[in-house]
Amino acid sequence: MSTVRDWAAPNPVTENRSGLIGKPVDRYEGRLKVTGTAPYAYEVETPAPPLFGHIVSSTLARGRIASVDISAAEAAPGVVRVWTHLNVPAQAARGTRLNPRSQRASNPALESDRVEHYGQSVAFVLADTPENARAAGGLVRITYEAESADLDFLSSLDQAGPAPGEEDARIGDFEAGYTASEVTVDATWFSPLQNHAQMEPCATTAWWEGDKVVVHTSIQMVKGGQHALAETLGVPSDRVRLFTRYIGGGFGGKGQSYDDLTLAALGARETGRPVRVAYTRQQMFQATIHRPAVQMRVRLGADRSGRLNAMALEAVTHCARNAPFVEHAANFARNLYAAPNRLTGHRLVRLDIPHAGAMRAPGEAPGMLSLECAMDELAETLGLDPIELRIRNEPEVDPDNAKPFSVRQLVRCMQEGAQQFGWERRNPVPGAVREGRWYVGMGMATAIRGNFLLPAKAGLRLTGDGVATLTQGMTDIGTGTYTILAQITGETLGLTLDQVRVELGDSDMPPAPGSGGQFGAATAGSAAYETGMVMRRRLAELAAGDPRSPLYGEDPTLMDFANGNIVLGNRSESLAALAARAGPEGVYVEGGISPAADARDWSQHTYGAQFAEVGVDSVTGEVRLRRMFGVFAAGRILNAKLAKSQITGGMIWGVGAALTESNPVDPRYGSFLHQDLGGYLAPVHADIVNLDAVLLDEADDKANPMGIKGVGELGICGAGAAIANAVYNACGVRLRDYPLTPDKVLAALEAKGL
Amino acid sequence: MKPFAFERARDVDHALSLAAVSPGARFLAGGTNLLDLMKLEIEQPPRLIDVGRLPLADIAETAGGGLRIGALATNTAVASDPKVRSRYPALARAILAGGSVQLRNKATVGGNLMQRTRCPYFMDAAKPCNKRLPGSGCSAMDGLSSTLALFGASEMCIAVSPSDMSVALAAFDAVAETVRADGSVQRRSVETLHRLPGEAPQVDTDLAPDELILAVELPPPPEGGQAWRKVRARASYTGALASVAVAGDRVALGAVAARPWRARAAEAALADGASPAEAAAAELASAEGEDGRKALVRRLAADVIRQAREGVGS
Repeated sequence: MSTVRDWAAPNPVTENRSGLIGKPVDRYEGRLKVTGTAPYAYEVETPAPPLFGHIVSSTLARGRIASVDISAAEAAPGVVRVWTHLNVPAQAARGTRLNPRSQRASNPALESDRVEHYGQSVAFVLADTPENARAAGGLVRITYEAESADLDFLSSLDQAGPAPGEEDARIGDFEAGYTASEVTVDATWFSPLQNHAQMEPCATTAWWEGDKVVVHTSIQMVKGGQHALAETLGVPSDRVRLFTRYIGGGFGGKGQSYDDLTLAALGARETGRPVRVAYTRQQMFQATIHRPAVQMRVRLGADRSGRLNAMALEAVTHCARNAPFVEHAANFARNLYAAPNRLTGHRLVRLDIPHAGAMRAPGEAPGMLSLECAMDELAETLGLDPIELRIRNEPEVDPDNAKPFSVRQLVRCMQEGAQQFGWERRNPVPGAVREGRWYVGMGMATAIRGNFLLPAKAGLRLTGDGVATLTQGMTDIGTGTYTILAQITGETLGLTLDQVRVELGDSDMPPAPGSGGQFGAATAGSAAYETGMVMRRRLAELAAGDPRSPLYGEDPTLMDFANGNIVLGNRSESLAALAARAGPEGVYVEGGISPAADARDWSQHTYGAQFAEVGVDSVTGEVRLRRMFGVFAAGRILNAKLAKSQITGGMIWGVGAALTESNPVDPRYGSFLHQDLGGYLAPVHADIVNLDAVLLDEADDKANPMGIKGVGELGICGAGAAIANAVYNACGVRLRDYPLTPDKVLAALEAKGL
Repeated sequence: MKPFAFERARDVDHALSLAAVSPGARFLAGGTNLLDLMKLEIEQPPRLIDVGRLPLADIAETAGGGLRIGALATNTAVASDPKVRSRYPALARAILAGGSVQLRNKATVGGNLMQRTRCPYFMDAAKPCNKRLPGSGCSAMDGLSSTLALFGASEMCIAVSPSDMSVALAAFDAVAETVRADGSVQRRSVETLHRLPGEAPQVDTDLAPDELILAVELPPPPEGGQAWRKVRARASYTGALASVAVAGDRVALGAVAARPWRARAAEAALADGASPAEAAAAELASAEGEDGRKALVRRLAADVIRQAREGVGS
């Protein structure tokens, strides 16, 4: 087992002699995507003309299918198969594992007459065109026997129970500390159910080659998808070849497979033809996972100087009745501010709605919408600047576990952000700044998000043309993985970017855990770096042992790599020549990364500070973001352009969370009110006029050999709270019910007589 | 999508003769709403009559000093026309508040008038909706959607018209000129082109199945200022929570009824010397619905009337 000390020595990435690391290079696959030539899962070429599948969704929330009539659908033009639970091909029972090491268990489609949520798959049509499949889907007649269902979160709060296997985290004595505090805040926030709203829907193209199925699907985890399908089909995983090369947004919603994968594979097997299946836009809302609503009670107790004495975050959230998931909305607070008496915990309500699951920055995204506003309220009560209050509660060690921080630049993020944003121009008196009909205000909040390193492998082949090809069972969900892996490989081997190829998204490639939890770049990237180092050693040994090499007989540990050459002193040889001599296949090595045994001896997080200026329309209650700025610290940055794109993209998600995004469950039906991108309001260009971010210089030598950390989720953390605080500063209205839509703001303005 | 026949009309007469013999057929212009609804199987016309290439896109001055806008002029063409921008700025602003650039490049004046409500329960074929399936009930009445009618609703339907453009047209007293297969030409006020739901919310307008909008005619702009404002949760690309168009002494409200709503009570109050706030309150006195919705429309109407009078924002 390695230790973080192994990572301390300089290495090609940290030395960055050719400057590829950090360089704002364009996306590796950008041209393919903007020219429409990157084949997404639904578009890959098939070996024969495909059939098209359409999934029919339940319009019942809970109960059983009483009868089905597929005769009209079967007789419809172009229809090849119509399946319901009565005639779907056999699949392994739900939750079973043929291979105990499979990462996912069987997940059958159309498995029984039970309906557990609105939008659940209840029938499947295969036809010669997508239009015929969909039209026939409308002809499947299903009657239901409804059963009583729990659908409304807020009216089910009295049913909240403990999160399975979890206990509240207590340090000190919260109740005593809170009671003894001179100044307190006690308020409850609500953040609503949200959808991922990826551009690309879940989609699969499948065909069989003998007893092996080839699937192209849109999923964030290669192995997870491969294993889920293999277990569902009841076959060993090597009978499933899964590709996921281009993904049009995941955000956690594609961390698992859905019925498109299963039914495409079954349909292709039963018909002997390739099959394409995609979710409709409506099914993306109703039949995939969502971020659950969170009701959060925050209590803060402080002395008059602003030092926190007690802090409690108690979250109630929900999940589907038979699919436990906890949105850990309180956990981030364990590591953020000092306070001797602490309480955090979660309660769970089980509802008969689609499955709750991970969505970008699960936990922090909704959780920080509460505490970071409570801090704003406390600062106002104390007459302190919100930044000063946070600085006074900056801990010296992690307040949850007393571990030292690997690196923590939170205060610097706040101070630099304040300076660049012009925070000193903020008038602390709410409602004091008017421009025409607009109330104008500023707010800030902090950001914190964990950093993770998971085991991963990679393969690397150097061929006689001097090109290094990195292969990894990793995904690029639009974040830039292809690009940063090329940069790391190029820098490690002393190659230019056009001498590096990256191939991802294939279950036959050395495995990586995929994209999620902002662990992708550090995990896949570290594996690429380590594999590059294996290649360097291998090439050096080849040169040293080959009489045809000018480096023959020299010490391989002294050889260096630069400008496409292997070098020692004034002697060198091109990597192309070295690889060409090794044979037609060139040189192939594999390598990998594992978490260091002592990595968790340090508290490792990414940090930031968010600043927002909003206008609140004094007539209508509309809130418009005027400008937003963030400063973040997230380790060494691999690509300045892509990292900033990830960070600002996250901030924009925060704008949506604060102002527009919500999907209520209609308690009469169990369906979501919004089923398309016209109804579910994510921010559009006109909402984001002036938004920018900077990343501080940083290297976290406890994180991984390159000192990098994740940026994919940090940007959303705290972003919405900064906006809510700005709304308060603008018009004096404290709204704790997200999103802050015009109706709520206007009602509050009216209540104040404004 | 249900299979359907498609025919491209050679000229207006051809379009009308096809419509006269094709029960349930729909005219297709930009298709920005109709095609979406067909994909959702909310509209299931057996035949589409493509009128999109007919020569009905001119924007021309009328002898009376007004403007005649062909039914197939795109939203973009109307909003960027110098005559519209200089003399009917509230109309240009209303159009630019709708959809997106891409949609406005395709959407036409006639199609805009014929677009259907965006009530989420109308848009979801799995839910009861009297407008979509007569007699099935109204899910919106006790539902979660917030943009419901304040004026002219019935027990059968409380959906609102989503058109921004028509609100401004109503404030300008615009008239839609139509023609039927028998050659008869009608002039219908844009204000009352759409029916209130009453007992038959499935019928949006008074147009006969073989009746095609040829043009919209605007009388000369009235004396006085103009103003337009649309309230929405995000800054673009979403329907109005409420809108107001003011042209001289005329006031029209949007997203509050199944048609653009001329605020006659407010206009009368203004004529009697009421303040903008008093006029808005007079109009809202007959509104039925949530207090919050009423407050929004009242505040907005007062502010936009004031704005038009002060000559700012037009």
